[in-house]
Amino acid sequence: MSKGKPRVAVHKFTSCDGCQLAFLNLGPQLLELAQLVDIVHFAEAGMVAPDAEVDIAFVEGSISTPHEAERIRAIRAASKQVITIGACATAGGIQALRNLHNASEWMADVYARPDHLETLATSTPVSEHIRVDLELWGCPTNGRQVIGAVRSLLFGAAPVDERDKICVECKRKQNVCVLVAKGEPCMGPVTRTGCGALCPAVERDCFACYGPSDNPNTGALAHRFRELGLSERAVADRFLFINNWAQAYRVEGLKWREQENG
Amino acid sequence: MGDRNVRINVPLLARVEGEGALDVRVKEGRIDELKLVIFEPPRLFEKFLEGRPYREVPDAVSRICGLCPVAYQMSASHAIEDAFGTEPGPWVREMRRLFYCGEWLQSHAVHMHLLAVPDFLGFNSVIEMAAHYPEEVRRGLEIQEIGNAIIRLFGQRSVHPVGTRVGGFYHAPQKAQVEALLERLHRALPLAEALVAWTATLEVPDDPQEFVAVSLRHPDEYPMNEGRLVSSEGLDIDIADYQGHFEEFQVPHSSALHALLEGKPYLVGPLARLNLNLDRLPQPVRDTLARTGVRFPSSNMFHSALARAVEVHYAIVEAIRICEAYQLPETPYAEVRPRAGIGYGCTEAPRGILWHAFAMDDDGRVVKVTIIPPTSQNQARMEQDLRWSLERLGLEKPDEELRLRGEMVIRNYDPCISCSCHFLKLNVERL
Repeated sequence: MSKGKPRVAVHKFTSCDGCQLAFLNLGPQLLELAQLVDIVHFAEAGMVAPDAEVDIAFVEGSISTPHEAERIRAIRAASKQVITIGACATAGGIQALRNLHNASEWMADVYARPDHLETLATSTPVSEHIRVDLELWGCPTNGRQVIGAVRSLLFGAAPVDERDKICVECKRKQNVCVLVAKGEPCMGPVTRTGCGALCPAVERDCFACYGPSDNPNTGALAHRFRELGLSERAVADRFLFINNWAQAYRVEGLKWREQENG
Repeated sequence: MGDRNVRINVPLLARVEGEGALDVRVKEGRIDELKLVIFEPPRLFEKFLEGRPYREVPDAVSRICGLCPVAYQMSASHAIEDAFGTEPGPWVREMRRLFYCGEWLQSHAVHMHLLAVPDFLGFNSVIEMAAHYPEEVRRGLEIQEIGNAIIRLFGQRSVHPVGTRVGGFYHAPQKAQVEALLERLHRALPLAEALVAWTATLEVPDDPQEFVAVSLRHPDEYPMNEGRLVSSEGLDIDIADYQGHFEEFQVPHSSALHALLEGKPYLVGPLARLNLNLDRLPQPVRDTLARTGVRFPSSNMFHSALARAVEVHYAIVEAIRICEAYQLPETPYAEVRPRAGIGYGCTEAPRGILWHAFAMDDDGRVVKVTIIPPTSQNQARMEQDLRWSLERLGLEKPDEELRLRGEMVIRNYDPCISCSCHFLKLNVERL
């Protein structure tokens, strides 16, 4: 860290703005954070200096246009630490579903003049373009995660990478297992913790918005889903959703999609 | 002052975003051409929803907007229920109103305190503003947090909540949780009243203009989830007939599609809603508004901020009403039986009407989707307003003044580009 207060930037790429709310929903803590660090760029909150040199750059959103691919390289050059926040920046986001299809056909279906819009055929994670120092998963990333990362870096410690499975958190919270008790196709066994095991707490299946856990046994879970009566296509859908471009899910999802298509 | 090209350049925008600019060409003292250039990288939601099962849809569409995920979940659920012929019943209907109150509170509070008001008062951010207006900022953050708490009550988290399913909710809140919320709402009521009074004291330009307002209208309540589509020019149609009257089209300078009503730009959002539904406000909300001395319907676009404050007050009053009558349901959702068909949903997102059409197949998979968000509907109106406002201000004024007024006009719509407006850059090219 440089002398004085660390300088922080929050950048947006292709996304819904929801992960920036991890900061904007902090309430009074946001004002405290502004005492601890110098927020030099955060357009949504009114601070604007997109090219400033910073100690920590938080990046929301995936890379889906040629201009974004250039911008992210400039941010890397101007930042000591680059931290991705959320499923878009970390895994390409739900919009990466276009990577598995013919994106130009899709563009032509939505826009009368797709030639007026400069886009890439793919939506990809930041790490496919530059070196990333820390990835915070989740759709959306929450305040606890971003504050935790800032605190660790302020103390010069390596931030904790949470990779445990949702199941561990569910047990801790004493949630009833929706996979075992209700036969719901819960993605918890292959999804990383960090959300607080929210879905089973409202008696529903996890849909993997936090991305793959450590050592995810996707094959075994997919077979369990088949035993529960899901079609091959429905199994593929479970893996190819919010974090479809994350490798563990992509490989498993495509396997079942191909089986379905024979 | 002769011909000149004024370019207000937005290097970086959020939400309707990426790159944006305001291009103004001046000829003989009049605006010859005006373009609000918007570029938000397309994410193609309407395409990747095709073929997906209905149960995934609420979780998918919320990802369109982190600031109003509830609105997307509501419009989509209504549209799919319409296609399937599902009747969610009175408990779900009431709870959806409460859920939506949470989003209005959260979204309006964020826009007012974090995005717009710092600028009205001459600050660059809420952090600067907090040093001079600590009470006002604390009040805003408290209202924002209550909105988030309501969303969490049903959805566990306020951004991309997980509690919505087609047919209702996965889970009903416990009575004790609702009682705790009710206590907070009662404490927030005087804060909301004070917010209305305070917002009315903010100095805004007095510049009335003609515009067409569009919103939902319900026989006996302030509109949220249901109603007919009405306009200030006498339109009164079923939501299913939207496409017969409204036209959506692409302009070369924007990735958000523009929309016109019978060939004219129109306004959606808090000011349009309030102008068209004053008689649907409960008496205490009307009384608080009357005490400000500001008369509605208003043709001053800058009264949008006050309209937002009035809706904050309304959302607290409505949430209290619903929480006071809360009963645990037998089941928090109606069973869904998929069938092929087309359904429509139109609800009042914080920024205005959000229209969805879903064609479904017999297996409950999506065949085709059309989604028309409020910001794209307001785009043509924003250009019309910018043209009017900059001419009224005087095109001979210094560029900095034009830029500030341009920002203020755009921000007033709470477009998902609000954030951008803090850094419009103005380049002037003189011919």
